[in-house]
Amino acid sequence: MTEQNIKLKVRDLNFYYGNFQALKGINLDIPSKQVTAFIGPSGCGKSTLLRIFNRMYELYPGMRAEGEILMDGQNILSRDVDVNLLRAQVGMVFQKPTPFPMSIYDNITFGVKLYENLSRSEMDDRVEWALKKAALWNEVKDKLKQSGNSLSGGQQQRLCIARAVATRPEVLLLDEPTSALDPISTAHIEELVHELKQDYTIAIVTHNMQQAARVSDYTAYMYLGDLVEFGETDTIFTAPSKKATEDYITGKFG
Amino acid sequence: MQHTLSNASKAKTVKSFTRNNAIYRKRRLVNLFNMGASMATMAFGLFWLAWILLTLLRYGLEGLSPAVFTEITPPPGSAGGLANAIVGSLTMTFFGTLIGTPIGILAGIYLSEYGSRGYLAPATRFINDILLSAPSIVIGLFVYEVYVLSVGHFSGWAGSFALSLLVIPVVVRTTENMLRLVPGSLREAAFALGAPQWKVTMQVTLRAAKAGVTTGILLAVARISGETAPLLFTALNNQFWSNMNQPMANLPIVIFQFAMSPYEDWHKLAWAGSLLITFSVLTLNIVARYLGRQKTQSH
Repeated sequence: MTEQNIKLKVRDLNFYYGNFQALKGINLDIPSKQVTAFIGPSGCGKSTLLRIFNRMYELYPGMRAEGEILMDGQNILSRDVDVNLLRAQVGMVFQKPTPFPMSIYDNITFGVKLYENLSRSEMDDRVEWALKKAALWNEVKDKLKQSGNSLSGGQQQRLCIARAVATRPEVLLLDEPTSALDPISTAHIEELVHELKQDYTIAIVTHNMQQAARVSDYTAYMYLGDLVEFGETDTIFTAPSKKATEDYITGKFG
Repeated sequence: MQHTLSNASKAKTVKSFTRNNAIYRKRRLVNLFNMGASMATMAFGLFWLAWILLTLLRYGLEGLSPAVFTEITPPPGSAGGLANAIVGSLTMTFFGTLIGTPIGILAGIYLSEYGSRGYLAPATRFINDILLSAPSIVIGLFVYEVYVLSVGHFSGWAGSFALSLLVIPVVVRTTENMLRLVPGSLREAAFALGAPQWKVTMQVTLRAAKAGVTTGILLAVARISGETAPLLFTALNNQFWSNMNQPMANLPIVIFQFAMSPYEDWHKLAWAGSLLITFSVLTLNIVARYLGRQKTQSH
């Protein structure tokens, strides 16, 4: 990894829920236009870490982050960084599909309208582009005016990915994006992750180790708020340097 | 291990299926008793309700005629209708709802979406609960004191203000509750796109709760459409047509006045008016229920 290829640099990151310390001195470099997977047992802090990259934790009282996360050299945890502008650049897809109570078309334009002023035809193009990126266009092109809730679970999740992609963020955070989906929809989304990494830096949290092995280039194993091991996925899954990582991956623990 | 466990519990279930067992017979008796008791109490409640509705239908239909909708309230002994009272009630209900609803929705939004920190929200919620259960005559007296006395006369506006004060707490409560039912993940998804709080609330959260909030408004309308006490000191009554700056006729007070009178014609009109109010409230409740059911189906 050369210096230019690093999108997010995490430096001495501590995170607290009230008095409970959920992350302990995390140092990590997330490479640009690659997929980085975060694995570890429940409560290890992987989702917490992901939600710091777009400062989602600020929605709730009593949560506090210390340390630095540098995105292209700028500390995104700094008070000077506008949280809404940050979130426009760091998109997120959640565990459960969350279509907004509006049409498929409006679901996509909601985020775009926030920061861009597009003409009608430009907007149509953007919607088509985003839905194609999320491999959903062919299924919904004739029913863009229908409610997003009318889609199946897997389609809803791809709609959420399209919605996140539509604002053209630089980083895409995926928080267990397939845990509520069936195997076929999961396969769809995994293919999609593979496609999307050409344009985006992707961080994915997953409980499914096979999934991490399939989709990611780099893997971070976390345990009880510590980053135990971080490296290329091939290395982590075939020759981990730490015994704890090996135990988790081989299923002896966790 | 799991296997043996499930076998054991299976054996147990099979045993309890035998009908001649003392525990089973006892449970059956208890069940029968409880079912019988709850049926009896339900029948007791429904009996009075049915009686009220039947009486209302019997006398109300007798008093109902086209003249009820076209002619104004008559002096004793002559023919007439309730047209001015019906229009007065509709007008004041309309303005009461129009004034009360936006305030109620905004306050409900504040309590649900902004009030997670500090003491202002819990205090507001507490005061709102008091307002919700305050006797409506107190509201009437309040508007009399602060509005009617200062302008010097009863008026349709005063009636509307009093009714809006009854609408507000109902709408605040339902709006807050409905917004709280919207899953946090939906808000997070909107925030994650970089949307500011007010856009998240107006375009996503409130829209998701739309059916529930509408139900709340309809229930508030149903509540105020039969209120008498708050109008007694505010709109009072009028035997003729009137504008919003004059005392205004309305069904509840006309019913009160006519039913207390010794005149047969007035009694009939009072029954007709009661029928109208009851069935409009019934309709509102049915519509509110229907909307509420649609909401639960769409999720």
